[in-house]
Amino acid sequence: MMDFLKRFSRNKGALLGALILIVVVLLAVFAPLIYPDSPWKMVQRPFLTPFSTDGFPLGTDTLGRDVAAGLVHGARVSLIVGLVSTLVALLIGVPLGALAGFYGGLVDDGAMRFTEFFQTIPNFALAIVLVAILEPTLPTITLAIAIVSWPPVARLVRAEVLSLRNREFVDAARLAGLSNMRILFGHILPNAMSPIIVMASLMVATAILLESSLSFLGLGDPNIMSWGYMIGAARTVIRNAWWLSFIPGVAILLTVLALNLIGEGLNDALNPRLARKGR
Amino acid sequence: MRNFLISTILATGLALPAAAQEAGGRLDIVVQPEPPSLMLGLVQNGPTQLVAGDIYESLLRYDTDLNPQPSLAESWEISDDALTYTFNLREGVKWHDGEDFNADDVVFSVDEFLRETHPRLRVSLEHVESVTALDDHTVEFKLKNPFGPFIGVFENGTMPMIPKHIYEGTDYANNPANNTPIGTGPFKFEEWNKGSYIHLVKNEDYYLEGKPYLDEVYYRVVPDAASRAVAFENGEVDVLPGGSVENWDVQRLTAMDGVCSTGQGWEYFAPHAMAWLNTREGPTANKDFRKALMYAMDREFVRDVIWNGFGKVATSPVSSKTNFYSDDTIMYDQDQDKAREHLEAAGYDGETVRILPLPYGETWQRWAEAMKQNLEEVGVNVELVATDVAGWNQKQSEWDFDIAFTYLYQYGDPALGVARSYLSSNIAKGSPWNNVAGYENPEVDAMFAEAAVAATPEERQEIYTKVQQTLVDDVPVAWLLEIEFPTIYRCEVKDLVTTAIGVNDGLRDAWVEK
Repeated sequence: MMDFLKRFSRNKGALLGALILIVVVLLAVFAPLIYPDSPWKMVQRPFLTPFSTDGFPLGTDTLGRDVAAGLVHGARVSLIVGLVSTLVALLIGVPLGALAGFYGGLVDDGAMRFTEFFQTIPNFALAIVLVAILEPTLPTITLAIAIVSWPPVARLVRAEVLSLRNREFVDAARLAGLSNMRILFGHILPNAMSPIIVMASLMVATAILLESSLSFLGLGDPNIMSWGYMIGAARTVIRNAWWLSFIPGVAILLTVLALNLIGEGLNDALNPRLARKGR
Repeated sequence: MRNFLISTILATGLALPAAAQEAGGRLDIVVQPEPPSLMLGLVQNGPTQLVAGDIYESLLRYDTDLNPQPSLAESWEISDDALTYTFNLREGVKWHDGEDFNADDVVFSVDEFLRETHPRLRVSLEHVESVTALDDHTVEFKLKNPFGPFIGVFENGTMPMIPKHIYEGTDYANNPANNTPIGTGPFKFEEWNKGSYIHLVKNEDYYLEGKPYLDEVYYRVVPDAASRAVAFENGEVDVLPGGSVENWDVQRLTAMDGVCSTGQGWEYFAPHAMAWLNTREGPTANKDFRKALMYAMDREFVRDVIWNGFGKVATSPVSSKTNFYSDDTIMYDQDQDKAREHLEAAGYDGETVRILPLPYGETWQRWAEAMKQNLEEVGVNVELVATDVAGWNQKQSEWDFDIAFTYLYQYGDPALGVARSYLSSNIAKGSPWNNVAGYENPEVDAMFAEAAVAATPEERQEIYTKVQQTLVDDVPVAWLLEIEFPTIYRCEVKDLVTTAIGVNDGLRDAWVEK
C-alpha cells in the first residue's frame, strides 16, 4: 500500500488531480452545511456580477439565484451521477466481459455481438434517446449513462481474462479442483483489477461530462441543480452575462481534468513496470 | 409664443399635415418561422398573418382599444335589435389583378369560402342567418340572435376578403393562385425565395391617396433566435416583430441607440398566460389549495425579471386589454401568510404537486422554476415534469398534470377567447385548447351563454363582471400574466404599430423618416 502511494505521489499531476477532487468532494459532502437553503431560492437581484456583492461571491443568475450555492449543490449531482453510473456500468461490463473471456466460444460470440450492438450506436445519441423515452429524472439519467458506458469495460475485461486464463496459476487452481466461478472471480479477476480501476476513474469523468451535456440540452432532471443545467440556462444570456456559463464550465473542466490526472497516476502506480520514459 | 403654439399643436397630435409622412424606402422585417403559405383564407398561423396581413384586408380594422375602424367598409350600422349589420363598402377598390372589389366578393368570402376553411370564424358564423349583397357596395349580415362579439370578427386574420373571380367553383386548397396571393391590401406579392425572404411591393393603385408610403417590404426568414438578434444589431433587418428574439436579448437590443420598442399591437390577441389547475383530482381539486397557490406566487417578480418588465399581472380570466374586463374581483397579491392559511384550510398533507412547464424555450422554463420556488416557500411539495412539445400536448389532452402552463389568445371578446376555457360543455379529452382544467359550474355556463347573446354592451358587462367574480373566487386556472411581446424597430420607422394586431396590418400607415 505504501508502495502504491509512493508511486502515485511521484506523479505530480496525479497529486494535483487528487487535491482538486478532494476539494470538490468536500464541497459536495458539506453542501447542505455551507448553503443550507435550496440552490433554487431566488435570493438577490438577478445578474449580480461575481465579487460585487457581499455574501454572493460568484454573483446571481437570471432569476437571482446564488451561483455559488448552485455550484456547490451541483457538485453533489455531478459526483453522484459519475460514481453511481460508473458502478452500474462496471456491474454490467465486468461480469459480461469476464464470462466472455473465460468461456470463449459461443458465450464469447454472444456476449461480444451484444456488446458491439451497443458500441455501434453513438454514446451520446443513445443516451439522449434513453433519457427522452424514460423521462429525465436523476435515476434514469444515471441508468442511461451506465447503459452507454459499459461496452468498453466488457471488452477490456474480456481481453484481460483471455490473457490470464491460460497462466500457470490458473492451471494450478484448476488442478486443485476449484470450480470455474471461483477461479474466475477469486483468482483471475483480482489480477485484472488495475486496468479496470484506471478505466473506472476515467469513466467517472466521462459520465460527468455526459450528465452535463444532457442537462445543457434541457434533458436533465428539472428538479435538480447541476452544472450542466447552469450552463444550459445561462447560454441564452451569454452576451449579457458570460460568467454564468463560464463559472460552472470551469467547475466541470477542473473536475474532469482532476479525474483524468488521477487516472493517469493510478495507471503509473498500478503498473510500475510500465514506467514511462523521461522520468 | 409662436414656438409654444407649434409645440402645443404637435404635442396634441392635431393638425399634422399629411405631408409629414415621407414616401419611399424599404423595410426589412423578420418573419419567424417561415409561413407555410400566404393564403390567409386557408392558413391563419402567426407568420402567415404577419405577412399576408399586408396583402389581404377585411371590412374593418381595430385600434389599440379595439374600437372598429373603417377598412374596406367605409361605414357600418347595427340595427337597434342588434340583429342586422349593414356595411357600406368603399368604392373604387381593386384587387391586385385589376378586377373590381365589390359586395359579391364579401358574400362569397364569408358565406362560402371562410365558412368552409376557417374553424374559428365558423363558430361565430353559427349566429348568422344570412349574408346578402344589397347592391354592389352594400352588404347586410342578418343574425339569428343578438351576438355582441360579432362586431369584433371583421379582423384581417379572422375574416380576410377573398377574390371571388379567382376562387369560385375551384378546389380552394389546391388552387394554383394560392402561391401568388391576390388581395386588396396596400402591398402586392412579388416573390418568395423559400428559406430566405418574401418580397412585397407597393400597391400603386391602392385606394387611399398617398398610401402606402413604403416602396417595398422584405420579410426575412432567419431560423435561429440569436442570429435574428444579430441581424437586427448589424442593420440587416429593421423590425423584430413580437416574440422573434429571446426575452434576454430584448433588453440588450432596446438599449441600443436609435432603437424603439412597443408592447402595443397585441390587443386583439391579448395573449393570456395561465396555468391550468386540475380541478378533478389531487390537491388542486381543493378550492382552498388553489387559492393558496394564487397567494403564494410572486407574479410581479416574473413580470419584472423573466419578462423584463413587459406585460401586466393578470387579475382575471379576461385580459384587461379585452372588452368587458372587470377589476372588481378578488386580487391575489403575493401574501405567504394567507397562502399558508389556505393550505391549512385545504388540509394539504404534503402530497407532491406536478408542474408541467410550457416547452417554448428558456423563458418558460425559468418561469416554472420560479413558480416551484414560490410554492415550496409556503410548504407545498413540487416536482417539475420535463417534457417536449408533443409530451406537453399529450399530458394536457390526457389530463395528466396538476398544474400546467399555457397561454391563450382572447380575440377581443370573452365570448370568442375566454368562455372556451371554462364552459363545462368544452370538457373533452384529446385537446389542449379546451376546458383542460375540467372546471364545471352550471352557473358560469349559464352566465357565459347569456352574456354572448345579450343585446347591449351594458348588459353584457354586467354579466361578465359577475362571471369574472365567480371565476376569480373559484380559481380553476391560475392567471399569470397578460403577456406583451414587444415589437422592436428602428426609431426612423414611424406609425408601425397603430392597430390591435400591430405589425400584421401596420404597414399600410408605416413610413420611414429620412
